Amino acid sequence: MLLLRRFCLVAPFANDMASLIDLANPTRFMRFSSLLLPWLTGLSVLFLAVGFYLAWFVAPPDYQQGETIRIMFVHVPAAWLAMMFYSMMAVSALGTLVWRHPLADVAQKAAAPIGACFALVCLITGALWGKPMWGTYWVWDARLTSVLVLFLIYLGIIALWRVLDEPSRAGRAVAILTLVGFVNVPIIKFSVDWWNTLHQPASVFRMGGSTIDGSMLWPLLVLALGFTLFALMLHMLAMRAEIMRRRVRTLTILEAERLDRLAVQAQGTPA
Amino acid sequence: MSALTQGLGPHAGFILASYGAVAAILVGLTLSIIRDHRAQKRALAALEQRGAGRRRSERDTP
Repeated sequence: MLLLRRFCLVAPFANDMASLIDLANPTRFMRFSSLLLPWLTGLSVLFLAVGFYLAWFVAPPDYQQGETIRIMFVHVPAAWLAMMFYSMMAVSALGTLVWRHPLADVAQKAAAPIGACFALVCLITGALWGKPMWGTYWVWDARLTSVLVLFLIYLGIIALWRVLDEPSRAGRAVAILTLVGFVNVPIIKFSVDWWNTLHQPASVFRMGGSTIDGSMLWPLLVLALGFTLFALMLHMLAMRAEIMRRRVRTLTILEAERLDRLAVQAQGTPA
Repeated sequence: MSALTQGLGPHAGFILASYGAVAAILVGLTLSIIRDHRAQKRALAALEQRGAGRRRSERDTP
């Protein structure tokens, strides 16, 4: 009976896992992503267009921060995505190290530049928001410094991918670095609670509900969804490029080996 | 442009610079990924056209 109950609980997840594992096949992923990409592109354009319209023409200026609140609509989604992409990379790193998943390090490599760009957007827009509101572009407090560290970790990961030629060796080294760096993600999230900082505490996802008025919250959520779909579309495209790069590498090596064999045969054949 | 700047108040420069930075970074990222995707697709097509990766028996068969 207990076994049956366990089976009932596990079976639906087992099906989900099986379909995920099916997708992990690069050929299936290429087919699936070519079907999904146009939809992701269309939806991201739609949500971004509606989101920017709401952010610029519907959301009112803040009673304290005035029009500078419009910077929030790009700063906050960029911060979320910088952390989300790093978390995705940490899961992929586990996939590389524990399950030797064929697409895990492809996903990780493709995600790094996208996460780095969103971390950079977060830092630049944060500095441009900080100057008029705090009177300074930068302070070395916990939130700002931990996001800068996240950006530097992203750069380190991208550099490590470029230094090591052999993809599976590079994938394992990067996976270890990614998992070590993951300790920074909860530090970013909770830095505003653990230390005194100029940065405001969490105001959207918090116990007791959001402290942002609906007239600003909805444009923010629509834009966040638009940016997320856009980033996932870029990630899928970058993964496809990486799969093709690996195929090109393998075929080039096979071709070189074939030419080598032909050269040896030609030398061994008497004239 | 000046009407927009006036509408955004005294900190218009910071707001417009933020959106400009977002556009520059994300457009640059998108273009680099699309260019890479196209380059890999071209390289793969060229290799496959040369018959790279096919087994010797397949390649030798007319």
